[in-house]
Amino acid sequence: MDPVFLSRLQFAVATMFHFLFVPLTLGLSIIIAWMETQYVRTGDKLYLQMTKFWGKLFLINFALGVVTGITLEFQFGTNWSRYSEYVGDVFGSLLAIEASVAFFLESTFIGIWVFGWKRLSAKAHATVMWLVAIAGNLSAVWILTANGFMQHPVGYAIRNGRAEMTDFFEVLFNKFSILEILHVIPSACLLGAFFVMGISAWHLLKKQHVEFFTRSFRIALVFGLVSSLVTGFTGDLHGTHVAEVQPAKLAAMEAHWETQTKAPLIMFAIPDQDAGKNIIEIGAIPGLLSFLGYHDFNATVRGLNDFPKDEIPPVAITFIAFRTMVGLGTLFILLMVYGWFRRDKLMESPLFLKIMLFSIPLPYIAIEMGWVVAEVGRQPWIVYGLMRTSDAVSPVAGYQVMVSLIAFIVIYGLLGAVGYYLIAKHAIKGPVSLLADDSKH
Amino acid sequence: MELQTIWFFLWGLLWAIFFMTDGFDFGVGTLYPVLGKSEEDKRAMINSIGPFWDGNEVWLITAGGITFAAFPKVYAVMFSSLYTPLLLILFALILRGVAFEFRGQIEDAGWKRVWDLCIFIGSFIPALLFGVVFANIFRGIPFDGQGIYHGNILMLLNPYGVLGGILFLLLFMLHGANWLAMKTEGDLNERASAIAEKIWLALVPVAVIFLIASAFATNLYNNYISNPAYIIVILISVLSLLTIKVYLGKKAYFSAWCASALTIVSCTFFGIIGLFPVLFPSLLDAKYNLTAFNNSSSPMTLSIMLGVVVVFIPIVIAYQMWTYNLFKGKVAKEEMEY
Ligand code: HDD
Ligand code: HEM
Ligand code: HEM
Repeated sequence: MDPVFLSRLQFAVATMFHFLFVPLTLGLSIIIAWMETQYVRTGDKLYLQMTKFWGKLFLINFALGVVTGITLEFQFGTNWSRYSEYVGDVFGSLLAIEASVAFFLESTFIGIWVFGWKRLSAKAHATVMWLVAIAGNLSAVWILTANGFMQHPVGYAIRNGRAEMTDFFEVLFNKFSILEILHVIPSACLLGAFFVMGISAWHLLKKQHVEFFTRSFRIALVFGLVSSLVTGFTGDLHGTHVAEVQPAKLAAMEAHWETQTKAPLIMFAIPDQDAGKNIIEIGAIPGLLSFLGYHDFNATVRGLNDFPKDEIPPVAITFIAFRTMVGLGTLFILLMVYGWFRRDKLMESPLFLKIMLFSIPLPYIAIEMGWVVAEVGRQPWIVYGLMRTSDAVSPVAGYQVMVSLIAFIVIYGLLGAVGYYLIAKHAIKGPVSLLADDSKH
Repeated sequence: MELQTIWFFLWGLLWAIFFMTDGFDFGVGTLYPVLGKSEEDKRAMINSIGPFWDGNEVWLITAGGITFAAFPKVYAVMFSSLYTPLLLILFALILRGVAFEFRGQIEDAGWKRVWDLCIFIGSFIPALLFGVVFANIFRGIPFDGQGIYHGNILMLLNPYGVLGGILFLLLFMLHGANWLAMKTEGDLNERASAIAEKIWLALVPVAVIFLIASAFATNLYNNYISNPAYIIVILISVLSLLTIKVYLGKKAYFSAWCASALTIVSCTFFGIIGLFPVLFPSLLDAKYNLTAFNNSSSPMTLSIMLGVVVVFIPIVIAYQMWTYNLFKGKVAKEEMEY
């Protein structure tokens, strides 16, 4: 039982599971804060009802996001202790700042939001939701800055046998981190918007609570349209930066084996890592890869075969994950643009509503695939160009990791199933019970 | 004072605040099967900590994060050598967190029983294991110069470790009982204050034995012998422990709760001062000890982080105190959200 492999598997399970809940927390919190603000502004009770209905789904999701985050915070120590020693001077401080600046705010104010309906004025209560939303997204900013350091380390020097910080601002304004932030936060808003639109579509298809869900849908549509465009745009910028600082990852994302100018973009391929080529290649568009990577059709793109064999990431996974993300991202833009033109005729567009209902899982898939591109594509490095993943692992016994990995899978599997069951149950039940509840307020 | 010394005590302070705040949550959860007779009792108990537990838990995350930032090697060696107990604690905390949220979602006795059990496990296990782990840290952990751990989880259950576990468990239970006495009304209030007195009676001998056993099992007293002024911390913990009883007798539950908070903080500092400057002592050989001076982060990181902590931790304390104030008073039925 190889502790390196098991620790990687465990870390992947734990982060990917955490990231099933995180984006909804980030995106939906903003949408709910917006709804509550509309209530304060207009005094329209329907907005209050919307705040409460979506808030209920939010809270179930939030609980799972919180509890799955706690294990992550400690896994760097438990499973990646060599890594923690080596880059703790930089990376640890970002994590500590995240906790003291963002988590406290988020976790304290969510308690106030849940329990404070009667103790705060409507305005103060809405402000509390904004604080929750801001704090959540702030925590994303810090953790992505930490991740950006692993992807493209800057602002450090190797001293005393470890990476020590030399320039805090260089770490903060790492271009890689900023691009991650600009890509991940909109993608989370996109996911939140699709969640709201999908559930609204379900009720609209059943022709129930029409006013309530039409309004929810339209609010989410605005968020969805804007964030799908921003996600695509920043994704493209991100790609050119990856081409610059992580050329091996770019080549793997595109299954691009031979160095060449006017490099083609391949629509679909089945890569063979051992042979160093693609077994099948369909739909090559000449020059497009050069253009996407360097915004120049004639640029030279380095192929995988020009890298040392032990510095190439798993090509097939990276390639397929990237194709899936970009394909879905394009689909989202098309759906949102179409939806924008149908925004006043939702009830007459059952096919569109049905598509939106079945689209709920798609942003989840896109987001997870995005992380697979970023993280698997970074291999074999844990800190790009600086430390290998295999050198980063803790000196713990394989069986210990095996036991904890099984515990993670069992407990997370059960909790995830229960959590999504509860979310679905309340989503299907609709806002009725809240109406009755509301008369008391 | 040197940066490393400041960080050593900040590190201790964060753990102390975590034990003081989440400690009463653990206590309430541990007492939950005993005191929660009716559904109404149970809901009052859960809702009494409802607005606070999540914010309290972040002190743990911050204590962990600060260890990582200021003493990366301690973070690395501590959490990899305490791999199994730490993951047990984390899994327990996961169960506790979701149990609060899930329990009220479905009106079904069997459903509620499952989450009732999770609330208990999720509070009892961390309360006990934090004690076991910290007592073992006081005693020393068998790791070598490479940071490799030579032991297994059963070795943590030595008599001194178990004693530490019982001590923490009782401290948190008392703290939780005081909290319930302060926050609840009627029958539940009476049972909570009665059980607080009983826990106090059990706690006093355990605390005395622990103080004595520490002289044999650990080196904690060395710092007190070389610098007797520190003994004041031990006096504070003894005095605050005694005053709990007085306040309970007067039915001054808020004061009793403050006294148990002070007891927890001073007990933590008893250990922290005794350890100084060692954060993580090795049982194998003192030359492997991880101290505040031989493994801290660079001066630059320590200074930046000091700035962050000095600005933000007081802000956090301010808004958390505001929260406690906002939700002061007894738990009201119509405000039970869980
Ligand atoms: C882009 C966003 C993002 C990413 C990449 C991560 N997280 Fe996260 N995390 C959040 C965004 C977030 C959040 C949205 O802020 C959460 C979700 C629910 C919540 O309360 O906060 C959260 C919760 C959360 C918590 C619980 C906080 C609490 O009790 O309130 C911890 C300890 C972590 N995370 C730690 C991590 C670590 C160590 C990660 C890296 C491996 C990580 N998260 C990836
Ligand atoms: C900013 C926060 C993150 C940090 C600091 C981080 C860091 C790491 C580390 C230390 C590893 C271990 C190295 C390895 O397993 O190979 C890893 C692997 C991995 N992470 Fe992340 N990660 C973060 C966020 C995420 C998220 C949110 C996801 C997915 C939802 C994710 C997906 C993965 C996957 C799939 C692997 C396994 C890659 C492999 O082993 O081939 N990561 N990451
Ligand atoms: C529309 C076209 C899109 C393009 C061109 C694009 C481009 C990229 C690129 C190049 C990366 C790799 C960054 C790295 O290697 O670290 C990436 C990562 C990622 N993508 Fe996308 N993306 C698109 C759509 C989406 C969509 C729709 C989502 C989710 C809803 C998404 C979520 C993510 C996430 C979570 C990551 C990992 C974090 C990061 O490195 O920023 N992307 N994207």
